[in-house]
Amino acid sequence: MPIDKFITLQGTFVPLPIENVDTDQIIPARFMKGTTRDGFGDNLFRDWRYHKDGAPVQDFVLNQGVYSGSILVAGKNFGSGSSREHAAWAITGYGFKAVVSSFFADIFRNNALNNGLLPVQVSEDFLSEIFAAAADPATELRIDLEQQLITLLSSGRSEPFDINPYKRNCLLNGFDDIDFLLNIKDEIVQFEQNR
Amino acid sequence: MQRTLFDKIWDSHVVREIEGGPSVVYIDRHLVHEVTSPQAFAGLDSRGLKVFRPQQTFATCDHNVPTLDQHLPIRDVLSRMQVETLAANAEKHGIHHFGLNNPNQGVVHVMGPEQGVTLPGQTIVCGDSHTSTHGAFGSIAFGIGTSEVEMVLATQCIMQPKPKKMLIEVNGTLGKGVTSKDIILYIISKITAGGGTGYFIEFAGSAIRSLSMEARMTLCNMSIEMGARGGMIAPDQTTFDYVQGRPYAPVGEAWDKALAYWKTLRTDEGAVFDRTCRYEAADIEPMITYGTNPGMGMKITGVVPDGSDLEGNDRKSFDKSLNYMGIQAGKPMLGMPVDYVFVGSCTNGRIEDFRMFASLVRGRKKAEGVTAWLVPGSKRVEKQAVAEGLTDILREAGFEFRQPGCSACLAMNEDKVPAGKYAVSTSNRNFEGRQGPGARTILASPLVAAAAAVTGRITDPREFL
Ligand code: SF4
Repeated sequence: MPIDKFITLQGTFVPLPIENVDTDQIIPARFMKGTTRDGFGDNLFRDWRYHKDGAPVQDFVLNQGVYSGSILVAGKNFGSGSSREHAAWAITGYGFKAVVSSFFADIFRNNALNNGLLPVQVSEDFLSEIFAAAADPATELRIDLEQQLITLLSSGRSEPFDINPYKRNCLLNGFDDIDFLLNIKDEIVQFEQNR
Repeated sequence: MQRTLFDKIWDSHVVREIEGGPSVVYIDRHLVHEVTSPQAFAGLDSRGLKVFRPQQTFATCDHNVPTLDQHLPIRDVLSRMQVETLAANAEKHGIHHFGLNNPNQGVVHVMGPEQGVTLPGQTIVCGDSHTSTHGAFGSIAFGIGTSEVEMVLATQCIMQPKPKKMLIEVNGTLGKGVTSKDIILYIISKITAGGGTGYFIEFAGSAIRSLSMEARMTLCNMSIEMGARGGMIAPDQTTFDYVQGRPYAPVGEAWDKALAYWKTLRTDEGAVFDRTCRYEAADIEPMITYGTNPGMGMKITGVVPDGSDLEGNDRKSFDKSLNYMGIQAGKPMLGMPVDYVFVGSCTNGRIEDFRMFASLVRGRKKAEGVTAWLVPGSKRVEKQAVAEGLTDILREAGFEFRQPGCSACLAMNEDKVPAGKYAVSTSNRNFEGRQGPGARTILASPLVAAAAAVTGRITDPREFL
């Protein structure tokens, strides 16, 4: 699926200071029955966001009406567990474009990048500072993919973040891996013949 | 240069290295199931492509199939649609398909090895994190997302950075009542649920060598639960004996050639790992989990940790987890009442698991008030259990055997544990709500599950052995 270009993103963020947010929390398996990529955003964090009867859990951050923005900031080891790409679809479907955490699970990181969702890994210390700064919901973050830099505007503190140069290039240009692989199909056939 | 088992297989599958980027890796076997594939096939259609190598693609339905009355149409409309979509896609693209009415249908990671689709030295992927199971054969096997499923369907390749390598050795002899499930829960409790992130693991050591193929699969299955990309074990005679004669395994000259190659698949003396962990089999006891990630495990006779060594968010997560579980810090779990017992999944849904379970419940009775779901990993496992008389033993003890599928492992079908209830499960994840909204999962081996099923409480299975 072609992805949107990502260059810089500046805005408020939604803090979720919980660690080990696994993909079962991001999108419970029972909401994975779609055969298209659409509609998963409605069930993002379903069991934290809604009571059993469908009524919203008032004090869950997405329901409080205090925080908004297209950046999600979460605790360590975000996206562990199942390989379901539905987790990335739920997050982008809800409207997030970047997730900030001090640690990401491998498969989630890949899935996110394949859907134009930028995982930004920051130090433990910087993450705590961001959570603390969330006391003011108007606080903004700026994520610059070209410079690979994330800045907390309230304090001016910046931190560089890592991203695979190939993936960075894909995001900056809106390419995807399949386009790349289709272009080298002859080489793949050659590889098969030489085995 | 000395290379690890992982290096040898990886290097021989790299089609191209990209400057500063991932490698293009060729995939030998692509396993497909109904939940993570529809969007990938749709993507293929929208690009006007066909599956590139249909003969290397094997599909089955497992995640959301019912485990009773499989001959009837699936009642849940959305589940039925996913199963039908897979069948239609398989038909259209000419890929192997073990649908509900096929005698080889089963959980994808049970089906693959059973069919000889999984072989040593291969690269294997599936849109499912427990693809790591197949590493038991000495292959590089890992889970992928749906965009990657589309990639492999379209090009038989995937783009992956080379992971770091970790060696985990377990030496010595396992004690009575200690299974490979206990080994892996023990290891994860040491390494933590995120501690293996970025690594591919090789399991080695005398305790690992002594395991059967099925036990090795249980072990590799859960390597993902420490965050690792996968886990693998060098193939040996146990592996070759298991593979030979399976439907898709090579025969005749091709077998001899394959075998000669497989015998070279071992880590060279002196090859370097990025991290090494060593454990003693004698230190491992039957394990259970008390929290909401698989790293929160302890020996069954232990007391629940109090988290006093944790700070800040770590501490908050720990308390939240115990709170969800309704379990008290500092107390033992032995004797705690249990409502549900689930035996099945790609972790422990194979014939040896049901043999273990049956050996303990034989001549005893299921405890009043316990609901037990015994779900074979595949139609073949089901057939074998009947042939060996296991189903009779189970029936006499008050248990019913269901039909194959993932079932309560992820509760996408009707097999959901109700909110607040405790389930001792042989599956692999104890996440909040994994077995149903509000369900409380305690991970354990089939022996611990059996002891709980006949006593209605968390019980040390060694009392019965
Ligand atoms: S049995 Fe459980 S872990 Fe295995 S493939 Fe099915 S849902 Fe995934």
